[in-house]
Amino acid sequence: MKEHRKTAIGFMALRLPLIATVIILLTIFAIVGNFVITGAPYLSWEFFTAAPTNANTEGGIYPAIIGTAALVLLMTLAAVPVGTITAIYLTEYARQNSWFARTIRFAVNTLAGVPSVVFGLFGLGFFIQTIGGQIDEARWNKRMEVFEQTIQANGSPLAHGKIATVAEVQTYLTSIPDDDWSEQATKFSAFPRGTTARINDDIAKRYIASSVELNWGKPSLIWAALTLALLTLPVVIVSVEESLRTVPRDIREASLALGATKWETIRKVVIPNSLTGILTGSILAIGRGAGEVAPILFTGVVYSAQEGPTALTDQFMHLGYHLYILSTQSPDVDATRPLQYATTLVLLGLTLALNLMAILLRSYIRRKQAA
Amino acid sequence: MAKEELHTKIHSQNLSLYYGEKQALRNIELDMFANKVTAFIGPSGCGKSTFLRTLNRMNDLIPGVKITGETFIDGIDIYGPGINVVNLRKRVGMVFQKSNPFPKSIYDNIAYGSKINGVTKKAELDEIVETSLKGAALWNEVKDRLQGSALALSGGQQQRLCIARAIAVNPEILLMDEPCSALDPISTTKIEELICDLKSSYTIVIVTHNMQQAARVSDYTAFFYLGELIEYDLTRRIFTKPEKKQTEDYITGRFG
Repeated sequence: MKEHRKTAIGFMALRLPLIATVIILLTIFAIVGNFVITGAPYLSWEFFTAAPTNANTEGGIYPAIIGTAALVLLMTLAAVPVGTITAIYLTEYARQNSWFARTIRFAVNTLAGVPSVVFGLFGLGFFIQTIGGQIDEARWNKRMEVFEQTIQANGSPLAHGKIATVAEVQTYLTSIPDDDWSEQATKFSAFPRGTTARINDDIAKRYIASSVELNWGKPSLIWAALTLALLTLPVVIVSVEESLRTVPRDIREASLALGATKWETIRKVVIPNSLTGILTGSILAIGRGAGEVAPILFTGVVYSAQEGPTALTDQFMHLGYHLYILSTQSPDVDATRPLQYATTLVLLGLTLALNLMAILLRSYIRRKQAA
Repeated sequence: MAKEELHTKIHSQNLSLYYGEKQALRNIELDMFANKVTAFIGPSGCGKSTFLRTLNRMNDLIPGVKITGETFIDGIDIYGPGINVVNLRKRVGMVFQKSNPFPKSIYDNIAYGSKINGVTKKAELDEIVETSLKGAALWNEVKDRLQGSALALSGGQQQRLCIARAIAVNPEILLMDEPCSALDPISTTKIEELICDLKSSYTIVIVTHNMQQAARVSDYTAFFYLGELIEYDLTRRIFTKPEKKQTEDYITGRFG
């Protein structure tokens, strides 16, 4: 009886991990294989280089690829430095049980547990409305000072407190070189009392000032990237912290005993020796960020665009969101099925490529250090 | 004690150290002389390594350590106000029990200390690397592979590399914490010969578990037991006619 039990336990100890591994591998192969087989035939040069056409039911995904790449790049530039610095502070400088360090750790852990859609809402409220709104308002106030000078300048029909019709003001504004105020001139066409109404400089200014030009205070690439950076920050911090901890105490002591300061030791011994960990952690965090859709929903992604983003304040297409659009919001879901498979394949390829890059980078640095 | 003129390099006075509540060193009073080798012996946990680490303030790095009393190097209290620990450690080099080369090339290991001291010229660094490696009797074995990884060296070579690295910054004092405890007899012999060569230029303090080693390399020997300095004298006197019974018992192998 006892023998049987031992055999059973031995069997489980040996075989269960094997079975679990096989199940995991099969799942991965099934997912990847399914999309490769069904998606690959639809991949074409055009698919990668063309913009979507006909309400996203035809054409390519070029703007989505560029949009995703730009988003991930900006997110990395924001999340990795901040995360690395935080991790260095927490492991190297903070007293482990200090009130401050515990607060940061608590915040990091909490941040890691926040649902990603909440990040999206936070991005909308904080980055777009608060920060972006403030920037726009400040810029608009500056511009309104110039507007006031313009309509009070000699040659303006409103100079020296004169009164003129809206149409006269429009003509004047359009005549100013460089088209500086033509947009505002057009705006006067919607003046409530019509273009024949007579106004003074104060009314003109108040009418224009009431409609702030939105530039930063609307969903855009930069705010989406920063929102996503917040989401990946805990992953970066935790993985960098772990890799910093693996640097043995005795080589830190060796450096300090040679008269290196703490910062010199961190810069020349600790960071170079945990570089593989920092890099792989960052890439894995990026991989996670690249696949997230919820945080960018309210902060910058658009249904369709003809081009990739060219400025920080541009809106953009995103592979993950595009997939959601194709499969649920399209006028003809069946017609877009090939596009869905092909887009999924590209998104999967991107994520797997990031993981592969992490592995290659790690082995490259290890080999370089061993040599 | 001796006929020749002795110059006190390090003087510890009334030095006590606590790990939290636990007292690890009790009122140590000890003079270490320039260009002499001073050995600390005693059973495990007697405080000899802890005391060694007070001399370049490496214990500062351990949380919860409290030190009272004074340690003077050339008459200046290294625990006094206005002392820069970084500068102190440049003057007081250290070789650790377990060889701990950086995972860098042999060259970069030796040049590390000089680089952080601001030496940037390649020719100057080359010279420092060569003299330090020669000083640690390692030059002939590694001169053809200075760019190779330090981790590819044998244990004994690694430890000599660590000695070369320590002397590259030109310290006045060299602290060695059981430098041979992980080495084979041939490597140990090499390190011991090296210590004898180095003492003309440095003040050397060595912690050792090996009493034969203390007898072979040191001029003075201090015997520690349970955090107290039991006896301190010329090495030959400690090993031939110790004054304290505890010292005699330890040396003759009755305990420890």
